[in-house]
Amino acid sequence: MQWETVIGLEIHTQLATKAKIFSASSTEFGAEPNTQASLIDLGMPGVLPVLNREAVRMAVRFGKAIGAQVAERSVFARKNYFYPDLPKGYQISQYELPVVGEGSVEVMQENGSGKVVGVTRAHLEEDAGKSLHEDFHGMTGIDLNRAGTPLLEIVSEPDMRSAKEAVAYAKKIHQIVTYIGICDGNMQEGSFRMDANVSIRPQGQAELGTRAELKNINSFRFLEKAINYEVGRQIEVLEDGGRVVQETRLYDADKDETRSMRSKEEANDYRYFPDPDLLPLQIDAASIAEVVAEMPELPDARRARFEADYGLSAYDADVLTSTRAQADYYETAAAAGGDAKLAANWVMGELAAALNKQGLDIGESPVAAATLGGLVARIKDNTISSKIAKGVLAAIWAGEGDADAIIEARGLRQITDSGAIEALVDEVLAVNAEQVENYRNADASKQPKMLGFFVGQIMKKSQGKANPQQVNALLRKKLEA
Amino acid sequence: MSLTSDEVAKIAHLARLAVEPQQLEALGAELSKILDLVAEMDAVDTGQVTPMAHPLEMAQRLREDLVTEPIARERYQAGAPAVENGLFLVPKVIE
Amino acid sequence: MELHEQSIAQLSRRLGAGEVSSTELTTHMLERIRAHDAALNCFITVTEETALAQAKTADERIAAGQAGPLTGVPIAHKDIFCTLDVRTSCGSRMLENFMSPYDATVVGKLQQAGTVMLGKTNMDEFAMGSSNETSYFGPVRNPWDTGTVPGGSSGGSAAAVAARLCVAATGTDTGGSIRQPAALTGITGLKPTYGRCSRWGMVAFASSLDQAGPMARSAEDVAFMLAGIAGFDERDSTSAQRPVDDYAGALGNDIRGVRIGVVREFMGDGLDAGVGASVLAAVEELKRLGAEMVEISLPNAGLSVPAYYVVAPAECSSNLARFDGVRYGHRCEDPKDLEDLYKRSRSEGFGAEVKRRIMIGTYALSAGYYDAYYLKAQKVRQLIADDFRQAFEKCDVIVGPTAPGTAFRLGEKADDPVSMYLQDIYTIAVNLAGLPGMSIPAPASDGMPVGLQLIGSYFDEARLLNVAHQLQLATDWHRQRPAGF
Repeated sequence: MQWETVIGLEIHTQLATKAKIFSASSTEFGAEPNTQASLIDLGMPGVLPVLNREAVRMAVRFGKAIGAQVAERSVFARKNYFYPDLPKGYQISQYELPVVGEGSVEVMQENGSGKVVGVTRAHLEEDAGKSLHEDFHGMTGIDLNRAGTPLLEIVSEPDMRSAKEAVAYAKKIHQIVTYIGICDGNMQEGSFRMDANVSIRPQGQAELGTRAELKNINSFRFLEKAINYEVGRQIEVLEDGGRVVQETRLYDADKDETRSMRSKEEANDYRYFPDPDLLPLQIDAASIAEVVAEMPELPDARRARFEADYGLSAYDADVLTSTRAQADYYETAAAAGGDAKLAANWVMGELAAALNKQGLDIGESPVAAATLGGLVARIKDNTISSKIAKGVLAAIWAGEGDADAIIEARGLRQITDSGAIEALVDEVLAVNAEQVENYRNADASKQPKMLGFFVGQIMKKSQGKANPQQVNALLRKKLEA
Repeated sequence: MSLTSDEVAKIAHLARLAVEPQQLEALGAELSKILDLVAEMDAVDTGQVTPMAHPLEMAQRLREDLVTEPIARERYQAGAPAVENGLFLVPKVIE
Repeated sequence: MELHEQSIAQLSRRLGAGEVSSTELTTHMLERIRAHDAALNCFITVTEETALAQAKTADERIAAGQAGPLTGVPIAHKDIFCTLDVRTSCGSRMLENFMSPYDATVVGKLQQAGTVMLGKTNMDEFAMGSSNETSYFGPVRNPWDTGTVPGGSSGGSAAAVAARLCVAATGTDTGGSIRQPAALTGITGLKPTYGRCSRWGMVAFASSLDQAGPMARSAEDVAFMLAGIAGFDERDSTSAQRPVDDYAGALGNDIRGVRIGVVREFMGDGLDAGVGASVLAAVEELKRLGAEMVEISLPNAGLSVPAYYVVAPAECSSNLARFDGVRYGHRCEDPKDLEDLYKRSRSEGFGAEVKRRIMIGTYALSAGYYDAYYLKAQKVRQLIADDFRQAFEKCDVIVGPTAPGTAFRLGEKADDPVSMYLQDIYTIAVNLAGLPGMSIPAPASDGMPVGLQLIGSYFDEARLLNVAHQLQLATDWHRQRPAGF
C-alpha cells in the first residue's frame, strides 16, 4: 500500500517583549528561580492581568506578514487544568476568537518549486513555568520565571506531506518571526517550540487518518527525525492490522523514537470560557495601519529585490536573505564596498568560511559589515588584489584595524605605476631569456600556460603587489614584440 | 436532572476534590437540586440573544511594555508550604 | 452623644477641632470590640497595633492640617481584601495562615485617606453564602437577635457596623453580599456599578460580578466611604476610566420629581408580608417627599437566581483553582503524589458550600454542557440587563425589598442550599446587569430590621445616595440600634 503523510504544525513562539504578557515582570532568560515571578505570575489571591500592548502589536505584525486577517475583536479565554507549573490552575489563551485569522506562507519543496502552506490561526497566550526534575528528595521543583511570558501560537493547516516539507515550513515561520523582530528564534532557550500533528492515509483517500501529536520539539533536525520515526511507526501499526490511537507522544532524541505520554492524556476537559478579568481585545484599523507602516521588509520581498537590484543569482539571494542579520550585514557591506557582486562573494566566501570555522553567527562576526565593505572597496579600486585581500581580512579578524590601516601599515598597496611594472617585467624577461625563447617558439595554445610562469616570477618579485592585469598586458606585449 | 455517581466522580476529579465513594450519591442528589433550580432558565427562549460576558461594554485597556514589577522572592515565598533553593516543591511530577 | 454613635461628618469635625483624637476614638472602638465581639464573632483578626499606629499617623496629619473627611476614622475590612502582612483568610481554612504580601487597592486608598484599620471581618467562606454560616471561623451573630444570622457574605462587616464596633466597613457584593446583610442588620450598604471600585487585591469569587462597596450607618457615611474607594485603577482591566462623582455634594439635592420605579415582580409571592409592608411604607415616604411613583416590570428577573448559579460557580471553579497547596495556603500532610496533594489540600482547605459551587461550575463548563449552561446563562444575563435598560427609560431609581424576609435563625437554612440561594432573589439581578444597588433600613418588622433596596442606572451612585439620604433625613429608621450594643 502507498501511504500519504499528512502533517500540521503548532508553533509556540515566545514574543520578544521586555515584560510579560499580563504582568510587568521581566521576560529575560536564565535568572535565578522565581526571581522574575511577580504577584501576578505567582497567581496570588486577588491579582489581575493587564495586557501588554507590545505583545498585541507583535501578533498583528505577524498577521500582516502572512497576509492574514487581524481580528477587530478577539477574546481571551481560560484553559483550565491543574499542573504545578501553571500557577492559576488555568492558562490565559485565546480560543474561539483568536487575534490572527487565516493566512499562508510559501515554502520551497524538495523539487525546487514553491508550495503554499495555510496558517489556520495565530493566538496570544501566556507561557507556563518550568518543572525541574533534579532530585529534591524525590520532589519536583517549580520555577515560575517563565510563567506569563507572551507566546504567539501559530497553527498551520494539515498541508504538509513530508517531514522535509514540515521542516521547510517551520524554517519559514522561524525566518518570518525573526525577520519581523517578534521572536529571538533561540531554540535552545525554548523561544521557538514545535508540536507536530502527524497522520497517514492510503494514497488517494480524502479523509484524514487518526493523528498523533508530537510535543515540544525544539530543533529542526529533531522535527524531521521525529516525524519520520512516527510515520514509520504508524505505517507499521496499520500494516500489522492495528489502529493508530489519537494521543500525545514525546520525541526522545537519544533513542530516536517517539513514545506515548499517556500520563498527561487522562480525560482532558479544559473547560474554556471567556476570561472575565479581561475585556474583549479591540484592534482598530489605525493601529493595524501603524504596524503595517513599520513592517520591516519580509524575506521573500528582500530576496526578490536582491536579485533585481544587485544582479545576484537566485541562489546567492536566497543565502544572503536567509536571516535578517545576514541580509542586513550584506547590504551594509555592499553599500560600503561599492560593488554588490564582489561583496556577495566575500560575505558568502571568505567571511562565511571564517565564521563557520569558529562556529560563529553572522551577528557575532569580529569583522563589522562596514569594515568588510571597506575591504571590498580596496579590491574594487585596485588598491589591493583579491589574494592580498585575504591576508588583510585575516588581519582585520585579528583586530589589527580596518582595511586601509592594514594596507598602509604593511605597505600592501598594489603597484600600478606602469614604469615600475615595466622595470619588473624587463628584469624577469632578462633573467629568463631561455624561457622567453621557448615561449616565442611555442604553439599558441600552450602560450597562456607558459605566460603564467612569467606572471608568477613578477608577482613574487613584487611581493604580490604588482597589479596582475597590468603585468599580464605588458608581458604579452613584450613577448609578442 | 439527576447526576449519576460516575458523573459526580468525574466532576470531582476535574476540580481536584476528593470525594469518598460513599458520598457520591448524596452529593449527586444535592448538586442535582441546584441544577434543577438552574434548569428554570430553559423556560425562556434565548435563540437570538447575544451572550453577555461582561457587565460593561468596554474594550481591553493595554499596558506599555515596561518592566516595573518589584520582585521580592523571599517575601512572596514566606508562606509557601515547601521551598528549596528558591523553587516551590511538589511531589515528583512524572512526565 | 457617645463616640461610637457619631457619623463620619461629626467625627471628622470633632477630630479637626481637636475635641477628640483618632487615638482616643480608636482605643474606644478597640475596647468595644473587646467587650462585644465574643458574642458576635464579627472579627477574624483584630489589628490593634496597626490601628493604634495608624491613629497616631492620622492625629499627626490632622495636626498638620492635612486631614480629609476620613482621616482618623476607625473602620474594618472584610477579610476578602488583601492587607499587607496581615492575615487575609477569606473565611477559609485554605487561607487560615495566609499573610498577604500586598494591599488591595481599596485598602490602600482608604489608608491614603487616613482611615484606621481596626481589623478584618468575618465572612462566608470565599464570599459564598447568605448567612455567614459557611465561615471556617464560625458564624457571625446578628446583634439584633444573636440567635439569628446577620446575612452574608459580608456578615461580619454588617454586624460590626450595626453593633457600633466600627464606624464603617468594607464589603463585597457578588450576588447581594453587601445589601442582604445590610438589610438584615439594619444598616446602609452600597454595591457600586461594576468597574467603579478596583478589584485588585480582592480575592476573586466571580470576577464578572464581584464589586467592593461600603457599609455604614447612613447614606451620608456611605457617600464618604465610597468617595474613598471609587476610581480608576490601572491594575484592574475591568476598572472604569471615568471620573468619580461628588457623592457628598449631591446628597442635598431635592428629590421632588425623581421617578421611582416599583418592581411589580418583587412585591408578590415569596415576599414576607411584614417586609412587604415595610417596603411599601418606605415607598409612601418617598412619595411624600415628592418623588413620582411608576410601576415597572422586570419580566426576566425571576431567572436571575438560576442564571447566577451557573455564572458565579463557573467563574469560581476557575478562580479557586489557584488554591492548590503549592505556593501558599493550606497543604495536606505528606502528599503521596501530585494528585493526592491537590485533592487532599483542596478538600481539607475548602468547606462544603465552596466545594458545592466549584463542582457546579466545573460541571457547567465541562465538555458537552457549556452551551446548555454557561452560554445559556450569559444569554439570560443579557435579557436581565435589557429589562433594566428598559425600566430605566421610565424611572430614575428602582425600589423594592432587599431580601425576602428578616434575619432567620442560625442553622435554619444551613442544610438546604437552594432555600439559602433564594435569599438573594432580589439582589442578584443587579449584579448580573452590573448596576449599582443599595440597601437602606425601612421600618422594622417585628422588631427586626428590613432593607429597602434602591437600584440605579450605571454609575448613578450619586443619585442613589441622594435619594437614600433625603429619606434618612426625613425618617429615623436608620438610627435604630440593637439593644445591648
